[in-house]
Amino acid sequence: MTTIDHGAIGYVGPDIRYRSCPFTGRRIERSAELLIRANAVAAVIFLAVGGFFGLMVALTRWPAVQLLPAEWFYLVLTGHGANVLLFWIVFFEIAVLYFASAVLLGCRLATPRWAWLGFGLMVIGAVMANYAVLNGDSTVMFTSYPPMMAEHWFYLSLIVFAVGALIGVFVFFGTLVVAKDEQTYEGSVPLVTFGAITAAIIAVFTLACGAIILIPTWLWSLGLISGIDTLMYKLVWWGMGHSSQQINVAAHIAIWYAIAAMVVGARPLSEKVSRFAFLMYILFLQLASAHHLLAEPGMSSSWKIINTSYMMYLAVMASMIHGLTVPGAIEAAQRRNGFTRGMFEWLTKAPWGNPAFSGMFMSLVMFGFLGGITGVILGTEQLNVLMHNTIYVPGHFHATVVAGTTLAFMAMTYLVVPLVFQRDIIWPTLAKWQPYLFGLGAGGISLFMMGAGTLGVPRRHWDISMVDAAHQYEFAPAAYLMMGLNGMSAILAAAGGLLFIVLVVASILAGPRLDQPGAKLVFPLHDAGAQAVSEYGSEASLKIPGTVMLVAIFFFTFVLYYFVNWKYLSELWLFN
Amino acid sequence: MSINPPSNRLWWKEPIHGIELAWIIIAFLWGLFMFFFMIAWHFIGNQNLSTETYRVTPDQFVEKVEAFAEEYPLLDASGDPVDIEGTPVVSPPAGGDVYMLGRLWEWWPALELKKDQSYRFHLSSADWQHGFSLQPVNINISVHPGYEHVFTLTPTQTGEFGIVCNEYCGIGHHAMSGHIRVVD
Ligand code: HEM
Ligand SMILES: [Cu+2]
Ligand SMILES: [Cu+2]
Repeated sequence: MTTIDHGAIGYVGPDIRYRSCPFTGRRIERSAELLIRANAVAAVIFLAVGGFFGLMVALTRWPAVQLLPAEWFYLVLTGHGANVLLFWIVFFEIAVLYFASAVLLGCRLATPRWAWLGFGLMVIGAVMANYAVLNGDSTVMFTSYPPMMAEHWFYLSLIVFAVGALIGVFVFFGTLVVAKDEQTYEGSVPLVTFGAITAAIIAVFTLACGAIILIPTWLWSLGLISGIDTLMYKLVWWGMGHSSQQINVAAHIAIWYAIAAMVVGARPLSEKVSRFAFLMYILFLQLASAHHLLAEPGMSSSWKIINTSYMMYLAVMASMIHGLTVPGAIEAAQRRNGFTRGMFEWLTKAPWGNPAFSGMFMSLVMFGFLGGITGVILGTEQLNVLMHNTIYVPGHFHATVVAGTTLAFMAMTYLVVPLVFQRDIIWPTLAKWQPYLFGLGAGGISLFMMGAGTLGVPRRHWDISMVDAAHQYEFAPAAYLMMGLNGMSAILAAAGGLLFIVLVVASILAGPRLDQPGAKLVFPLHDAGAQAVSEYGSEASLKIPGTVMLVAIFFFTFVLYYFVNWKYLSELWLFN
Repeated sequence: MSINPPSNRLWWKEPIHGIELAWIIIAFLWGLFMFFFMIAWHFIGNQNLSTETYRVTPDQFVEKVEAFAEEYPLLDASGDPVDIEGTPVVSPPAGGDVYMLGRLWEWWPALELKKDQSYRFHLSSADWQHGFSLQPVNINISVHPGYEHVFTLTPTQTGEFGIVCNEYCGIGHHAMSGHIRVVD
């Protein structure tokens, strides 16, 4: 196939082998396929570990249960944050990057050996981190704020993991160059690939921030540096910590578009608008760490206002745009598919029995309504003081990163298993219910933690009854109720997560083989998925009254909740 | 299809549909509004946390807090200093400075404040980061060692208030507490 050598990226393996996908007609290269598999499997393993820890944490925070003793609680909480937020998410994202480049562009993966090296480093880093945490001397939470110090292993493990991830990101960029060079596609890259490119650009910035802060911290833990400034640490750490959430958002929105395309044949309403919205995530990215510093001393108000709003909420605007264009693209496609009656036939007759679709759509709704709105509230300069570091914060980000990102990634897995592992989903009925179970649980933990947070319940706290404290403080009974409901939702989420893992593993190992001729998918793709190019359909198909209604409801909720919080704030003690 | 290259190579020249355009404009204006509302609150609102901050070593700050506690102890009828659960209660003059120390694992000292009087709070930590969380008022402020955060606070309710810690600060984090009483 390829014979030219281009130096740096020109690795030409002895056997670059392609197969043709019987369901999509795409050309899939062997090493890309293997690396997607490896990263996806690693992701799922760390989700299993981290999800188990999450359940333990939630059951401990259920006051009537208080499962773990205090030391274990904080240890397991540290492990939970690292395993799910870093390892599960990043492994999966590397798989997504390879998918969006090599598979969607029909080319070979650049430098597979480097990709394996990156993968190896990530595995080593992740295992090392778990070792450091379980060892007991690194119970510092995944944010590891100084001057609290972990074992030096812990910081090193994160650095090793980040280097591995960075290599993966560069392999992705290399693959784009290969595709361009070998002309495996015409014109511009697909929208989903474009979204992945924005995610990857953000990832470079993110990982650089991670290096800038974690390397000195590691040296400090080795005794080579005398101290780390606590404010500076937070500022730079969140340059990584928050921007990485921007990666998640770009990645899962790309996945929303991908699933909508593959399952109902959706195409972007307009390429220009959707791409522009992705680009907005990159602009002003470096300002993102500010909304973690709103309750901090030292930064001026004007600094906080400009930065927390990313220069006037342009990233929020981008998400709001996707919030219209994704359901809009689905509605337009469904109307083309013949579901034209009324305002909502397109939605009621959507493939709700297909876990890829149901997971994707729930992710979209919960990310917007639960995660997005509350994120803006938390990130408002003055409102932050109402819930900074209360359990409202984990409530908010479980809506974004669990109900949003994780659920979207799960949904995507239902397509990756058949198309990349060439095994069909083994128990379709269970698979059909899995996203609902997990979605309900994830939505529940988000809501109830936020509810408890508005009542002042602190995050990362073993015992809100404060029996060991000198000054007793009684939280409102409703706070206990919320934490109990949170525990129950956690059981649902964990059951849904376990079911997901069992389904994926069983399907990969024993699912019906799809590499035989004539094999059929239990959850069929839309025919349009096999088309080579995308038709632009804005003018012709843009009747999307249902979406307009959904967006109107969203906007109304947003504005209402925004002012409700200002009302609360106005009743607070005065800062003058 | 979002997973295929756009068929129209000149996709950036395509017109934007009215619905999309309208929503972009609404979202943009709403963003602008929210941006300016934060600024506006500095003029119309009373809840703008001051960002006045000084560098201080933990030892210096502990000294200041101790001097403060010695200067304004709350005395009972027989002239003995009052404490709550072993923590001395300090009753600073209205309008005066108030020092509050976070350390492993307590908020020190306890305070008696007057309703509708403003105080200049000085907040810092002797060791690790802590989270000053006044309940049930729900005022939450991060506390850093090495930085003295100075802000004005005016209680608008009377009663007994708890302070919990909402920044993880080690194994005693959940036992870290403090107390503020507000009287007429
Ligand atoms: C079974 C599913 C899950 C349950 C029941 C669960 C539950 C919880 C609970 C109760 C907390 C503790 C809040 C606190 O005490 O401060 C927590 C923290 C957290 N969770 Fe989850 N979670 C789940 C899945 C996830 C996933 C999939 C992610 C990321 C993608 C995630 C990310 C986090 C993070 C980053 C924290 C904060 C840790 C910290 O404060 O250091 N969780 N989770
Ligand atoms: Cu503390
Ligand atoms: Cu604490």
